Amino acid sequence: MAAYQNIFTQVQLRAAPEMGPPLPHADSARDGMPWYSNLMGTLGNAQIGPIYLGTLGIISLFCGFIAFEIIGLNMLASVNWSWIEFVRQLPWLALEPPAPQYGLRIIPPLAQGGWWLMAGFFLTTSIILWWVRSYNRARSLGIGTHTTWAFASAIWLYLVLGFIRPVMMGSWSEAVPFGIFPHLDWTAAFSIRYGNLFYNPFHCLSIVFLYGSTLLFAMHGATIMAVGRYGGERELEHITDRGTAAERAGLFWRWTMGFNATYESVHRWAWWFAVLTTLTGGIGILLTGTVVDNWYLWAVDHHYATLYPDTGVVDPALLPGAPK
Amino acid sequence: MSLAAPKHLALIVAGSALLLGGCDLGKKVTYQNGYRGTGIQQVIQPSLIPVAAAIPPEPYPAGPDEGDRAGKTYQNVQVLKYASTDDFNRIMLSMNAWIGTGEQGCNYCHNPNNMASDEKYTKVVARRMLQMTANINNNWTQHVHQTGVTCWTCHRGNAVPVYNWNLGPKPGDPLKLAGNKHGKDTPLAVVAYSDLPNQPFANYLNTEPRMIRVAANSPYPGHGDTMAINSARGTYGLMMHMSSALGVNCTYCHNTQSFRQWSLSRPQRANAWYGIRMVRDINVNYIGGLASVFPAYRKGPQGDPNKANCGTCHQGQAKPMGGYPMLSQYPVLKGPRSLANTAAPATNATLAAPNGEDVNGPTAAAPRSTPVAAATMPMPRGGSAVAASIGG
Repeated sequence: MAAYQNIFTQVQLRAAPEMGPPLPHADSARDGMPWYSNLMGTLGNAQIGPIYLGTLGIISLFCGFIAFEIIGLNMLASVNWSWIEFVRQLPWLALEPPAPQYGLRIIPPLAQGGWWLMAGFFLTTSIILWWVRSYNRARSLGIGTHTTWAFASAIWLYLVLGFIRPVMMGSWSEAVPFGIFPHLDWTAAFSIRYGNLFYNPFHCLSIVFLYGSTLLFAMHGATIMAVGRYGGERELEHITDRGTAAERAGLFWRWTMGFNATYESVHRWAWWFAVLTTLTGGIGILLTGTVVDNWYLWAVDHHYATLYPDTGVVDPALLPGAPK
Repeated sequence: MSLAAPKHLALIVAGSALLLGGCDLGKKVTYQNGYRGTGIQQVIQPSLIPVAAAIPPEPYPAGPDEGDRAGKTYQNVQVLKYASTDDFNRIMLSMNAWIGTGEQGCNYCHNPNNMASDEKYTKVVARRMLQMTANINNNWTQHVHQTGVTCWTCHRGNAVPVYNWNLGPKPGDPLKLAGNKHGKDTPLAVVAYSDLPNQPFANYLNTEPRMIRVAANSPYPGHGDTMAINSARGTYGLMMHMSSALGVNCTYCHNTQSFRQWSLSRPQRANAWYGIRMVRDINVNYIGGLASVFPAYRKGPQGDPNKANCGTCHQGQAKPMGGYPMLSQYPVLKGPRSLANTAAPATNATLAAPNGEDVNGPTAAAPRSTPVAAATMPMPRGGSAVAASIGG
């Protein structure tokens, strides 16, 4: 089993492509003539396709394409349709949400956020259709819908940021711009406006689960690769028929830290950590501005912020005769 | 595998080198300026500190404050009329070097056949600038303290200070898509190449300035001003300008635990607060009022004169000219010497060189109850005055 002890998979199968079981009568056919990719085979399965698109998949891809085009063409327009400037400035370019004076107007002027609303509509439609599709595909294959619900958790955070919270705040301007740097600086501005997001307990939880996810991922990935020489990558078989790989993997952690997950439960751990990252994150964003306006002051109010010595500096605006 | 490993290694090394391309590799000096654990510190690379142009020497030492006043000796002296004729001549002579009049000398502002005439616009501007200088030195001491300012502080030998701003080209139709960046999302130096709103001067340092304070003043909504996130981006842009104009980071003034909380901030923040208002005063009441005096080539495309921002004086230093107290050599730029409570004006000989390692400008700002690190901070060996002013 030397193939699994390296960075890349070094043994690849080549045979007649596997086409999958026949589909139910109501479903459309799987698309694409399967082919083999040596490069993809080093990372995963070498067989590419067929893919099941179906009606939802096609509509979803179409809506996603429209959103992508609206965003890209708006960015291109913002640099006077210059492709060179588009490439040069791409990380800075943005499609910004409407300005505060437009509130929740459904159709503000196109250049003043109208296109942002349309891009958001099509992107959201695309994502939600893809979500339904992932549910249908899982059901059709007779597996659980765990992926679908994990995806739903990510969609929850996306909807809170771009739709639910702006609606609750009464202004689209509270939403995130589309753009590489702009959405990052929006995040920093959001934290500054609302008095330091680090004091938001749900932000804390989200970080715990985010960092916990990476830790679990590293622990699990390392464990499975470490027992690869005993066939440990066949995890699902080992759940029901524990082989020496599973025994050794478990014993490693029991003897290292006194406790070990099982071949099955480690995936439950990972799933919940990942799902809770965006679930708690979304709650934290939703509470910001609606329930709490300044997280630092909130944390002081709840005896939760670290109190540093007073520097003795006073707000000059409060001094008598201060300039405006 | 044995052949592939060096190839991978080379790729990793090359990739890392590429990623680190934007880093400065020089030796750094770190100053802790606040309570431990708050991250209130400055990381300075001494070799990157801008070196200010050498300050022009005094034309001749100041004599005693005696003799006829300039207002009596000369015609049409409106501002420095209280100065002795000798002090007045000394300032006039110095202005040649300060403003960089070059071969034109006095004629840059004066009609040589009638020195009293106001026919050249430059003289009218210079007079207003002398009033502005006195205003800054008398009424903005919370910002300039006793260090004060002279013409040189901004001009540095240029007719127009190098660091200035105007409103720029007229913004296009806001309802048009082509070329419309909504005043942001552009890599420009004013906002340190961020995507932040890039009109910080027009929005915050001019007439009808916007609110800079964006963080809520109450834990819960419904109290006080409600600022949109966009306003925070605007303030952020202004702060990026201040940071690059002074060569410092956010924690030079703020405790990032709460940017808003004054009782956590360093005294430098109060200093900056006055500085912002001082610049507004300069731009609105002094430079702005000269719009009809300046010729078109001295104005921006929208017809507004070139105005001041933090960089106009600071030019990359936390204290302009490393805190060198140049005003003490030219006290009439503040007012009559008889009113000044200082002793004889200092001379170049009694003051350390502006970029020497002994200069530690007057300590910044009002209440200083954060001596935590400041008192014990080691001075960098061979560091410049800027490093000293940043640390202190």
